Amino acid sequence: MSVLLVIAGAVIGAPLRYLTDRAVQKRHDSAFPWGTISVNVVGSLILGVVAGASTASALPHQVQLVVGTGLCGALTTYSTFSYETLRLYEDGGRFLAVANVAVSIVAGLGSVFLGVAISQAIWP
Amino acid sequence: MQHERTDPAPWEPVDPDVDLRHDRPVRRTGDTAVLTVIAAGGAIGAVARYLVGQAWPTPTGSFPWATLVINVVGCGLIGILMVVVSEVLTQQRLIRPFLGTGVLGGFTTFSTYALDIQQLIANRHPGTALLYLGATVAGALIAVWATATTTRALVAR
Repeated sequence: MSVLLVIAGAVIGAPLRYLTDRAVQKRHDSAFPWGTISVNVVGSLILGVVAGASTASALPHQVQLVVGTGLCGALTTYSTFSYETLRLYEDGGRFLAVANVAVSIVAGLGSVFLGVAISQAIWP
Repeated sequence: MQHERTDPAPWEPVDPDVDLRHDRPVRRTGDTAVLTVIAAGGAIGAVARYLVGQAWPTPTGSFPWATLVINVVGCGLIGILMVVVSEVLTQQRLIRPFLGTGVLGGFTTFSTYALDIQQLIANRHPGTALLYLGATVAGALIAVWATATTTRALVAR
């Protein structure tokens, strides 16, 4: 049953990552991976909200599995992030590679903290 | 910028999922097929990640080894995959969306990584949080560099 809930979230999250990435990459002309940063930021924000709500026992465990483990887990990615960083380093220069790591981590962490704070404001 | 640096693999894209500058303009495989294999691969990767997490749970406040290993392994595998699809299986249009965007994208996770750090800080383990933050980035980048470089050398022989 738990596995089916994870699958239900993942079959939405993974294609959503692809479609978002494609839509974002179409709208700018640089090699900088704004598409991957976007999905990682949005997924981290949603997971922060889910985790904050779970701590407050405001969410059933099933919702955590669908939205947290399945959807957010599949929407966000570390493999694409690391390969893009390698290719930026080889292709675009050190600055872009370092900037990708810094922006991804700062924005991803900021989002997860914001998500938890939003849940704590709703379910104090 | 350092334009004198030579790219060891100019035929490989930057974005392994969507690279509009490298992808051929004429797509032989439709959007539906691509989205279907991404969804199927994403489900396989996410279930694998869930099962690893169940078999190897992280107690509150301790170092999240399972997520670190999942992310480092996934980054090592995409280094192999991207060289193989860029240099060997160049006509197979669905392998990259299925294995790269789908399976490895669904297996690895940035959101859990970020949440692990937040939870460690919230539970007053900032040192473990910082160590985990750095070890994941270092492990992931070393893994993808090592596998891509090795696979390129093997393919070129």
